[in-house]
Amino acid sequence: METVTVNSNFKSEEYFINMGPQHPATHGVLRLLLTIDGEIIKKVEPDLGYIHRSIEKMCERDSYQQIVHLTDRMDYLSANINNEAVCLTVENALQLEIPERVKVIRTIIGELTRISSHCLWWGVMGMDVGALTTYFYGFRDRELLNDIFEETCGARLTMNYNVPGGLMFDIHPNFVKRVKEFITHFKTKLPEYDRLLTNNIIFQKRAIGVGVLSKEDAISYGASGPVGRASGYSCDVRKHHPYSALDKVTFNEALRTEGDTYARYLVRIQEMWESMSIVEQLIDNIPEGEHRVTTNAVIKLPKGEYYQKVETARGELGVYIISTGTKSPYRLKFRSPGFSNLSLLNHIAVGGKIGDLVATMATLDLVIPDIDR
Amino acid sequence: MNSALSITKNIHDWLFSIMPEAAASIAEMVLIALVYDAIKLLSKELTGTTRADKFLYNLAPYFVIISSLMALSVFPFTKEFQAFDINIGLFFLIAVSSIGVIGILLGGWSSNNKFAMIGAMRSGVQTISYELSIGLSLLTMVLLTGSLQLSEIVEVQKSGWLIVQGHIPAIIAFMIYMIAGTAETNRAPFDMVEAESELGAGFHTEYSGMKFAYFFLAEFINMFIIAAIATTVFFGAWLSPFGITESIPMLGVFWFLLKALILVFLMMWFRWTFPRLRIDQLLTLEWKYLLPLNLANIVIMALLVWLNLTISF
Repeated sequence: METVTVNSNFKSEEYFINMGPQHPATHGVLRLLLTIDGEIIKKVEPDLGYIHRSIEKMCERDSYQQIVHLTDRMDYLSANINNEAVCLTVENALQLEIPERVKVIRTIIGELTRISSHCLWWGVMGMDVGALTTYFYGFRDRELLNDIFEETCGARLTMNYNVPGGLMFDIHPNFVKRVKEFITHFKTKLPEYDRLLTNNIIFQKRAIGVGVLSKEDAISYGASGPVGRASGYSCDVRKHHPYSALDKVTFNEALRTEGDTYARYLVRIQEMWESMSIVEQLIDNIPEGEHRVTTNAVIKLPKGEYYQKVETARGELGVYIISTGTKSPYRLKFRSPGFSNLSLLNHIAVGGKIGDLVATMATLDLVIPDIDR
Repeated sequence: MNSALSITKNIHDWLFSIMPEAAASIAEMVLIALVYDAIKLLSKELTGTTRADKFLYNLAPYFVIISSLMALSVFPFTKEFQAFDINIGLFFLIAVSSIGVIGILLGGWSSNNKFAMIGAMRSGVQTISYELSIGLSLLTMVLLTGSLQLSEIVEVQKSGWLIVQGHIPAIIAFMIYMIAGTAETNRAPFDMVEAESELGAGFHTEYSGMKFAYFFLAEFINMFIIAAIATTVFFGAWLSPFGITESIPMLGVFWFLLKALILVFLMMWFRWTFPRLRIDQLLTLEWKYLLPLNLANIVIMALLVWLNLTISF
């Protein structure tokens, strides 16, 4: 990072500025308390609580079927993966035998959700650094996925497709055909993304060497998902603790070592390719069978503690349940990826310009309701 | 609201009476959006901060809009259709168009808003830097014409547009001019002044209604001015290509606007495609690359004129 030497006759003064809770770059109601010297960031303090809905407390009141619906509202861009996390925890605690068909469909929808989330991220990333066309490209392709989701389960964003024990409905007869169409379509569109933004000289100048996070810091701050992997920290839950049908597919974990904004960008682009390959491996052989195993109407988990982690589009989502044997958990804790990824913002943004902060924040891919539950 | 609806109805009837249905419905959407935009800007409440420096805060939009409108007065749309043909036309244009930055600085400063102030300071830094490149790239072309008077500049181009006459250095000067011009009008990829993802709305954060509209319209007029200067200096103003419509002088307006609007389209294309530069990269580009290149380019152009290596038909 370049340093500015100030003539001693001029006194430079740090000042404080409020970025958010209503600010276009914070993607929601995140409030950043910035201490700035001219254009240079001296301190970033995230201030949370503007969209806190006590989801964890509400979980202590609700039955396990109801909890699934609340998780949509955390990281709404990977809604289906959040649902899956709770369902997997409950199913593992009950030691239910889940049909292969369910596992495969869950994985396919999960990966499609990841692509859809990364599409939106890519569009918004471009907008944060000032390129407006990316937004339309990203949303154009995401729209096709939303249509597939809508046909499958009736909802486009908060899907509620998973229930403890399987899926709420079987897939729509068109599902396989449309997913294949999407994959063929998206294979021609993803190189377009590269041509528009990845190879743009201005974008590279804005991104390379900005917001560098070392591997050690990534581990000590608990970074996960693309943020951790861009720093060379192999933390893909899908690879290390495979769940659903992920043990049946082969894919590469997108890893880079630079740890800067550009690396985080490239990791997400590569993840879209990997997700497509996972979907391609599974889509042709969805096993026949039941789409759901029947559970008791009132699910009571045996007394004990249960933990399950999944890889959402943002990183590692952990669900920790303490049950006392009643119909609702005694305590339910979500380990959300956004929260730990946000905590390292101050570490990597200090010393950069305001523009760097915005670009860095865009590659952390924060979803504020996920941070503020 | 009633007037808005009746305007809408009139536009609708008129368009469908003169055009095929499909074209009319598209034209209707465009026109009605324009009308509604104008009505919205005119009828919105003028909010402002109580802590603002009221006098400067109210004065700032006029600086911006007046400087933009003044610049329009000297363009040669055709040989006759030119309001003022002063002998320092080009100098006048550069001088007048740089008054606008005073309005931006005043607006940002007097709003008493930190985001607005950051925007205004950026604007000052940026406009002053890029003014150099604009001036120098136009000076390069003045070497060819030997005059600052716009009608004379057009007269010279009757034996070939200046971008052809001056060939390589002229093309370099044109590219520098377009980059600097985009920066001068604070359009992306150089819209550091607004930088909506960084500063919210930059220097006009605290403005609303018609006061905001002055800034907003001035930006678009400035874009046209930059394109019109380029048209006049590089592309032969109202001269038609190869003199195809020389016998109908009034078509000059058409050619002038066509050329200028193509350049406006180019600038809009930049805006939607390129990411924004960072403020230090913006200054690096100007002071380390464009300015030295420009100075060298002037020397090359001078040599070219001296050795009589220009192309003319």
